[in-house]
Amino acid sequence: MTEPEDFVQDNIDADCAEFQASMPERIGAGEDLQTDPHMLTCERCRSLIRDLEYIADAVRQLMPIEEEPREELWANIQLAIERGEA
Amino acid sequence: MGLSNTAGPPPGDLANGALDGEGSVPPENRTIPAGLASNNTEQDLIAGQNESGEAVKDAPASDLGEAAASSVSLPDPADTSDAAVLARAQAGDHHAFAQLYSVHKRRVYSLCLRMLGNVAEAEDLTQESFLQLHRKIATFRGDSAFSTWLHRLTINVVLMHLRRKGLNLISLDEALDPSPDHGPARSFGAPDLRLTGSIDRMTLEKAVESLPAGYRLIFVLHDIEGYEHNEIAALLDCSIGNSKSQLHKARMKLREALRAPADEEVAK
Repeated sequence: MTEPEDFVQDNIDADCAEFQASMPERIGAGEDLQTDPHMLTCERCRSLIRDLEYIADAVRQLMPIEEEPREELWANIQLAIERGEA
Repeated sequence: MGLSNTAGPPPGDLANGALDGEGSVPPENRTIPAGLASNNTEQDLIAGQNESGEAVKDAPASDLGEAAASSVSLPDPADTSDAAVLARAQAGDHHAFAQLYSVHKRRVYSLCLRMLGNVAEAEDLTQESFLQLHRKIATFRGDSAFSTWLHRLTINVVLMHLRRKGLNLISLDEALDPSPDHGPARSFGAPDLRLTGSIDRMTLEKAVESLPAGYRLIFVLHDIEGYEHNEIAALLDCSIGNSKSQLHKARMKLREALRAPADEEVAK
């Protein structure tokens, strides 16, 4: 006997909802969600985790680069110090 | 690969070179060698400062602090070591303070820029951070690395600024998410398209800048600056669960922002 399509879809969404609701706490606790049984059956959540890991990798690689402030900033700071603002 | 610890070295390690300010200054331009300090933990830092970054703990001076404390009375102008430069700056030597600015300006400015997402504000608060440093430098006792101390001072300057602007950092869920009803959607319904192509730095910076202030704050502190949830909770006076939840929302929002260009590409 096959289940109605809507019923199956609702169950998938319910599973996804439960899985995704648990993500903040589990990720925050350092859990590897790749091993969760839901990941074996749900492409949507696999894709989500993949994206988040991809972004995390990109952040790790790209974001630590530092920016230089404008040259004039030091002059402003010096002026403020001379004025007794510091 | 994991998502729980996406950042580089934790703040306690920020003084060890790569993210210490020195790490980003070309060697030929450095006026102070790398490594102003030690491996003190952020917990040491939290215990050692009040909200303004001022040292409040009467702990024994360590490494640089000890050197600084012992040389504050007689700083040798010819000594260019980190400790000596710091000691001279603490004694009011303007040239030494300029050297400290030269070494740390990029780190402080970048931190302000990422937390605020606005160049003009980042410059203002970089200035404010160094003015506060000038006011308080004599109170630095070496309980933590100097760069870590300055890093925390800067974060507190930014947080105070955000509070003054009316961002209630205590009630994060209500105040930091400006439109909870329009927050990052969960990933239901039609299967998601995977992020395609590679993300370049500009795109990523823009996406982070586009995050609502509260999301950006948590994201920067955790995923870029390396703070743990318990440290963020202490900084922002919120629960650890709240910090985790906000970080997750920030990441989902960032994913949305990064998917938009990718989706446009697919549509073409």
